Amino acid sequence: MGNLFVWLNDQLLRMQWLSDLTTLLVRDGFGLDTAQPLGGSVHFFIYDVIKIFILLSVLIFSISYVQSYFPPERTRRILGQREGLGANTLAALLGTITPFCSCSSIPLFIGFTSAGLPLAVTFSFLISSPLVDLASVILLASIFSWGIALAYVAVGLVLAVLGGTLIGRLKMEGQIEAFVFQSPVSDHDNDGKISRRERLRYAKDQVLEIVQRVWLYVLLGVGIGAAIHNWIPETAVSALLGQDKWWSVLLATLAGVPMYADIFGTLPIAEALVHKGVGLGTALAFMMAVTALSLPSMILLKRVVKLPLLLVFIGIVTAGIILIGYIFNATTPFFI
Amino acid sequence: MIIKILGSGCKKCVTLAENARAAAQTAGIEAQIEKVTDMAAIAGYGIMSTPGLVVDDKVVAAGRVLSAPEIGALLKP
Repeated sequence: MGNLFVWLNDQLLRMQWLSDLTTLLVRDGFGLDTAQPLGGSVHFFIYDVIKIFILLSVLIFSISYVQSYFPPERTRRILGQREGLGANTLAALLGTITPFCSCSSIPLFIGFTSAGLPLAVTFSFLISSPLVDLASVILLASIFSWGIALAYVAVGLVLAVLGGTLIGRLKMEGQIEAFVFQSPVSDHDNDGKISRRERLRYAKDQVLEIVQRVWLYVLLGVGIGAAIHNWIPETAVSALLGQDKWWSVLLATLAGVPMYADIFGTLPIAEALVHKGVGLGTALAFMMAVTALSLPSMILLKRVVKLPLLLVFIGIVTAGIILIGYIFNATTPFFI
Repeated sequence: MIIKILGSGCKKCVTLAENARAAAQTAGIEAQIEKVTDMAAIAGYGIMSTPGLVVDDKVVAAGRVLSAPEIGALLKP
């Protein structure tokens, strides 16, 4: 049983077969040695791009199918029935199965707030939605390990629950633009009317839409990853972001905050950094900062909340990510 | 009659607009079809998932591409 799991994990998730095939191609097809920088980069690039696109398509298809059962209107209804920490936890969990795109966060924010959901719950949802999703968990397991993937989900959810609760405690309802409260609430989710064929079509459309949106970021991310992996000397990386440098997590987080990229594009960079001896916490903090916060999403959010609340949101999430980075770095031996 | 299609301009919105036009034609109703693409304006209708269908400023559907016959049923007074 144990061996079967290892085999499945290696072949389906880590795609050992693909790595072997790529080695064959690079070595015999291109005549390059994969132990050398050039051959190594080419191998990293081909293998990671193909692997990420295969996993991405399969995962988004399955997740979108599940998602079609949880349109935002239904999520809002479910959340409206709960209170307190339970509602926050549920919001964080539902955030993991709702769409990944930060561009949908504004209609969601308006829809949740105008329906009377507390700020705490809305923000728990807003933090968890881009940060943790099922696709990223499987990818993390594929690139790193299951232990790391599960730990990432756990800290991501804790950050969403605590961050949301904290924002709720600050009683900043006055910091929301007035028009948000005046927006009407409509409750069409048509859920019962959707047939299985429609759900499958929806899932297929989601795959096409997301692949179209992220392919460039994936290529860029893998390209940067391949460059780090084989060309930038380990000493340079560790001088800046090494385990022993107290500022490494801080620097990685602050660099990641304004960046906009999908988790699928960030993972190969994190992977390459870890191979170069960067602490796991530092790499994860960079990934979380890139996906949870970005300049474009802040500009969008600014249209519905006033500056103080926006700054509090950014501050709490950034501080949380930095804390998570240091905790991960301190406890890495438990995950590997 | 004014029919509005709420959505950022994705393929689904185009299909929904076509279906709405076909439905209006079948029902013999003179309808003006408008597209609303601004996210804030869309949210102003209270919907969270697109595409949305608005008939005479009333939201009749959201988050799904309705077929022409389905829209036809909604257009009947």
